[in-house]
Amino acid sequence: MAQVFYFFIFPGLLFASVAGGFLSWFDRKLTARLQFRVGPPMLQPFYDFVKLLAKETIVSSEAAKSLFLMAPVFAVTGACLSCVLIFIPVFGIGNGFQGDLIVIFYLMMVPTISYIIGALASGNPLSNLGASREIKLLIGYEFSMLLVLAAIILKAGNTVSIHDIILLQQQEGAFIGSLSGVLLFIPLMMCVQAKLAFVPFDLADAETEIAGGIFLEFSGLTLALAKLAKYIMMLVLPSFVIVVLLGGFRLDGIHILWSLLKLIGLVLLITLVRNTNPRLTVGQSLRFFFIWMNLIAVVAILLAYAGL
Amino acid sequence: MPEKTIIPVGPYHPLQEEPELFKLYCDGEIVTDIEWETGYNHRGIEKINESKTFEQVFFVVERICGICSTSHPFAYANAMEEIAHVTVPDRAKYIRSIVGELERIHSHLLWVGLAGHFIGYNTVFMWAWKYREPVLDLFEIITGNRNSYAMFKIGGVRRDIEEKDFSTILTILDGLKPKAEMLMNAVIDDPVIHMRTKGKGILTRQDIIDFCAVGPTARASGVDIDIRRDDPYAAYPLVNWKVIVAAEGDIFAKAVVRFLEIFESISIIEQCIEKMRKEKPGDIEVKVKNIPEGDGSGRAEAPRGEVFHYVKSDGSNAPVRHKIRAPSYVNVATFKKSCVGQTITDATLALAAVDPCYCCTERMASVYDARTRNKILDGTGLIRMSQEQTRLIQGRKSKVEGQRSKVEGRRSKVEGRRSKE
Repeated sequence: MAQVFYFFIFPGLLFASVAGGFLSWFDRKLTARLQFRVGPPMLQPFYDFVKLLAKETIVSSEAAKSLFLMAPVFAVTGACLSCVLIFIPVFGIGNGFQGDLIVIFYLMMVPTISYIIGALASGNPLSNLGASREIKLLIGYEFSMLLVLAAIILKAGNTVSIHDIILLQQQEGAFIGSLSGVLLFIPLMMCVQAKLAFVPFDLADAETEIAGGIFLEFSGLTLALAKLAKYIMMLVLPSFVIVVLLGGFRLDGIHILWSLLKLIGLVLLITLVRNTNPRLTVGQSLRFFFIWMNLIAVVAILLAYAGL
Repeated sequence: MPEKTIIPVGPYHPLQEEPELFKLYCDGEIVTDIEWETGYNHRGIEKINESKTFEQVFFVVERICGICSTSHPFAYANAMEEIAHVTVPDRAKYIRSIVGELERIHSHLLWVGLAGHFIGYNTVFMWAWKYREPVLDLFEIITGNRNSYAMFKIGGVRRDIEEKDFSTILTILDGLKPKAEMLMNAVIDDPVIHMRTKGKGILTRQDIIDFCAVGPTARASGVDIDIRRDDPYAAYPLVNWKVIVAAEGDIFAKAVVRFLEIFESISIIEQCIEKMRKEKPGDIEVKVKNIPEGDGSGRAEAPRGEVFHYVKSDGSNAPVRHKIRAPSYVNVATFKKSCVGQTITDATLALAAVDPCYCCTERMASVYDARTRNKILDGTGLIRMSQEQTRLIQGRKSKVEGQRSKVEGRRSKVEGRRSKE
């Protein structure tokens, strides 16, 4: 019963979508202000969601129906599960388990893969193109992400438990305080940017090129769920960065404010990057991750091995 | 032969605001061939014009395109004045050039914004359009309209620019310069934009000549053509300016050419205003009683290139034949060269790089109160509001700032009332 509560209410679906919705609003509002626009009201992400629920869900006759309809559900499930696993140790509900870092790494991949499956099942050529771009991009950034995680595991003294990593950082200072930590922050943030499908890595749903790409055929309920998964990832990914590099969350007294500031700061950074860059092409993104981000990550691994 | 996928760009696609279909034949991500279909928006304007009088045609051709809505009347006026053998007074020439150059500024800023949007750089999009806004205000001061200015007539212009407006125009242009410069530097110095645009969608000098491309598209490939210099009209021979040419022919060069043309246009306007001070106020037209039998052709350099109008008159009050060629018509053909062999990503940008003309800006809009759902303004109401603002904006001439804030205040109130995002 407790697991059901964790998954659906706290820290799962309900908590994650509300918090993620607000972060998504923050991102949109900030973007608007940067662009001399007024921006949406605070509840806009939720209005969007509710409005989409009331809309007709269209399934193209070309689509593989069940796969197409299930894909957004998978996306939300994956996003929620990763959220639960990250926040259970954070909120002190439990200690997690040895190896949950690896599980979270895989779970965070699930929404992206679900979009790809949904897009491929939709039978739309533009969606297919978007899916093929997303697959290429996925290969690019997941490898960098894996290297980053390897470095973090090395720094944490070969533990693969979120709880231990947070504890270690709270005792001995956040990992970002070291040279390798600073280096790791760069590829990790770039991976987060790519996972969120924000500019410069939004080539899978590039509106002006392939008209929304992987999300093109989603409508009504399916689009609402896809959006919900995006909101949740908006909370999950920055939280993950905070947990593994920035010393985790502390929820006693004034530290709550500091934890919130970290979260908002990271979203701010993501928003700034996405508003000061144009979109990259597939080749450029792959080169960026395969050469530069991997290089930085490998250097960081070596530094971490040397104890820096 | 490998199996080809057709990626459709259009008839309705976020890249093209107008209905137009480009079929990209793709092998993976590489475009191997391109075909296009137009004609979704055919309005039969040439035929309509045969049923209008010569004066009425101005208002029809103005509506061919909302963005370059003065280049068509410009070319048409040139054609009509060739038939009627009229020489326009110098003051009218200056006014015509000022309107034409202001249009170039706003059109190029619009393109910069759209190009930013196309490569996913929405900040540039919004900033460029924000900086374009004062130029539209200038149009409102000079002509009374933000778009479709109704300034031209056979033998001159309809409105004079008054002495007291000169300082406003110069102030706004001075304010625009640093902003345009900032935007230009932001675009030209951005390494990621270099990656996306340099060496992409290249049109060589020979391609331009083969396809007869015109305007900034041609000038960015090292073809030194500009109707303003090659077939002088209006005040362009009377002021000092130079034709901006770049050699590379890629998308980046097209952006650079357009940016530099903005500054050249500002300089032309400043010189025109300086020279206008010496002309007699009010001397803005020659009365033309009859259009004799005969034919004439007129050309004008629109922001996108050469606009060509041919008019045949049989001595009555309406054209017998009116032929129009807009610049996009020839520029679009270059896609065969610039898009083939590129990836889809670069090809879509190459499609946008020639700045194809979007000619469907007519809209009907209503404003609803977000809370009570009552209709506040409909079409007529919006027109009345726009007229009111024009009066305000023209009244502000002396005390620019005070009135401006009033207008802005009211504008933001209306925006607040509009639907939420």
